[in-house]
Amino acid sequence: MSTTQEQAAAIIHPFDHLMRADRLPHIMCAGCGIGTVIHGYARAISESGIDPDKHVCVSGIGCSGRAAGYVNVDSYHTTHGRALPFALGIAVHNPELTVTVISGDGDLVAIGGNHFIHAARRNANLNVICINNFNYGMTGGQVGPTTPVGAIGTTAPQGAIEQPFNLPHLAKAAGASFVARWTILHVRQFMDAVLRSMQKNGFCFTEVLSPCPTSFGRRNKLGEGLDEVELYRQRCRIENGAENLEELGIDIVDHEQTITLGNFVDIERPSFLS
Amino acid sequence: MASEVAKRISAPAAAARVLTGSHFMLGDHACAEGAMAAGLSFFAGYPITPSTEVAEHLASRLPAVGGRFVQMEDELASIAAIIGASAAGARSFTATSGPGFSLMMENIGLAAMMELPVVIVNVQRASPSTGLPTMVGQSDILQARWGSHGDYGIIAYCPASPQECFELTIAAFNAADQYRVPAFILMDEVVGHMAERVVIPEASKIPHVPRKGPRTAPGAGRFLPYAPDADLVPPIAHAGDGYKVHMTGLTHDERGYPLQTAEAHDGLVNRLVDKVRLNAADIVDFEEHLVDDADTIVVAYGCTSRSARSAVDQARAEGLRVGMLRPKTIWPFPEERVRRILGIGKVKRFIVPEINLGQLRREIERLTQLPTLGLNHAGGAMLKPAAILEKIKS
Repeated sequence: MSTTQEQAAAIIHPFDHLMRADRLPHIMCAGCGIGTVIHGYARAISESGIDPDKHVCVSGIGCSGRAAGYVNVDSYHTTHGRALPFALGIAVHNPELTVTVISGDGDLVAIGGNHFIHAARRNANLNVICINNFNYGMTGGQVGPTTPVGAIGTTAPQGAIEQPFNLPHLAKAAGASFVARWTILHVRQFMDAVLRSMQKNGFCFTEVLSPCPTSFGRRNKLGEGLDEVELYRQRCRIENGAENLEELGIDIVDHEQTITLGNFVDIERPSFLS
Repeated sequence: MASEVAKRISAPAAAARVLTGSHFMLGDHACAEGAMAAGLSFFAGYPITPSTEVAEHLASRLPAVGGRFVQMEDELASIAAIIGASAAGARSFTATSGPGFSLMMENIGLAAMMELPVVIVNVQRASPSTGLPTMVGQSDILQARWGSHGDYGIIAYCPASPQECFELTIAAFNAADQYRVPAFILMDEVVGHMAERVVIPEASKIPHVPRKGPRTAPGAGRFLPYAPDADLVPPIAHAGDGYKVHMTGLTHDERGYPLQTAEAHDGLVNRLVDKVRLNAADIVDFEEHLVDDADTIVVAYGCTSRSARSAVDQARAEGLRVGMLRPKTIWPFPEERVRRILGIGKVKRFIVPEINLGQLRREIERLTQLPTLGLNHAGGAMLKPAAILEKIKS
């Protein structure tokens, strides 16, 4: 082994103990933002002081659903759309556990949409991270419930025609205790939002915008992953505590439109059976 | 199990869980009491006729002993929640009927694949679709065995009385935990809504088969969550136990990690099926009535077996050599018992009355070349003893 290799082998990432290193490399595409999300999540676990043995990660199906398979905590990769009720079963049976759900936009608010509003309504004690890449990436770029009007997908070759969900508005209206929106460029703020969710009881929701260059970006002239991150830098503005969530929908393919980020909701109300 | 949960659930005296004594009790309530006696700690469900009394009964009984009762937004959520609670160590349960059972099918496959024990009672009503919601059916027999996509093993009990609703619900919890499979109680509307004497023994007499836990402490060597023992069942570690398990519905290796190969898939799916198939002798339960000299065997289950017993006894009184086989486990089907009856050499034909268009009859037809007659009704009413007697005489 050369000296360089020995040095490389000796470097241990500070969150290595929170990763299933024997599962790496991961399956994500170059330019995908999910790795950055997992990093922020691992860092939040670390900074929270939570015993990793008492933290559980639950995911559904899709690229985001694979996240649970890489974190070194009790982790459950469940069925499409059902991560929330599966996680609720864990959290309600054993309130000593903190439970994070990592889910994609299709998983969480299309096939799992009913569970989303009801988990928020109940204020189930769950931390929910929704990785929003505006399409179904794993199946090759179909439009979904967050795809902007006019964006191209394989199932909308002339452009999407349906009004997308505005996720923070939906979460707040359904009763969430904590609601935030960040992007994978805003790593520190995203990590802080997840950390806040872990420290807080009740239904906590963080939307994180993430590039999907393979399935969405290339069809919609957003460029490579890094290009979309640059787009976040140019177009995002931060307004913590913004109250007009109904006006803060996202149109990622309209290059004129501003994207508002922030921690929008942070209220106290009794959490569900915990 | 985490200490707070253990305290919450074990603090009430066992007597609070087990309603020792003789009761006049509805079948649905007896099923709920069976779950209580079996150590139920988490119920999630959605109201549906004719199973709703199970949930209503548990809504007051379960929280009183530290368990959790949750009414979910639908049956998709109910089944997912009880699988999640099982992953965290709960004996978990839901109650439904045909339409809800259909909605649960995908996650029944997940429970089979993750090998997380769950118990589901399906109080059958006349189907398909909305059918006759308040009226009897027995037409989910094959769905219970084959309803989720792919091959997997399950265990299904079929009680014929409120007493058996109590006893077989306990058996279902024990079997689910012992073999790490979904276990079903396939009741029917008549049995669920029938009130009869139910005798509940002392708490110490309730059979209890615990889950096999890891044999090494967390961190002391690697725990492989899907490395099976000789009985093909792996020991289970729960969320919060410190083993950092990974569970997935994807085809996986002994570590629980996705392994997307045909070889891994074939090995895993065969084990999921074989752990029930090869342990069937220990699982099957049945009752025989006057079979040893019989030339005609009536095979009946659930409420239909009550009419069948009456018909068999009337036929005997008229000098006909008729017997009855009543499977208490529909799945695995007591096929060795049928082979034993065939081995006696006296039986000439089988009659299978059931409130469906011939679902369990297929099992008998599969096992014998002898004539196998159905007596069938699509649902909404019991088969009467006179109709079964007439078939016996035909």
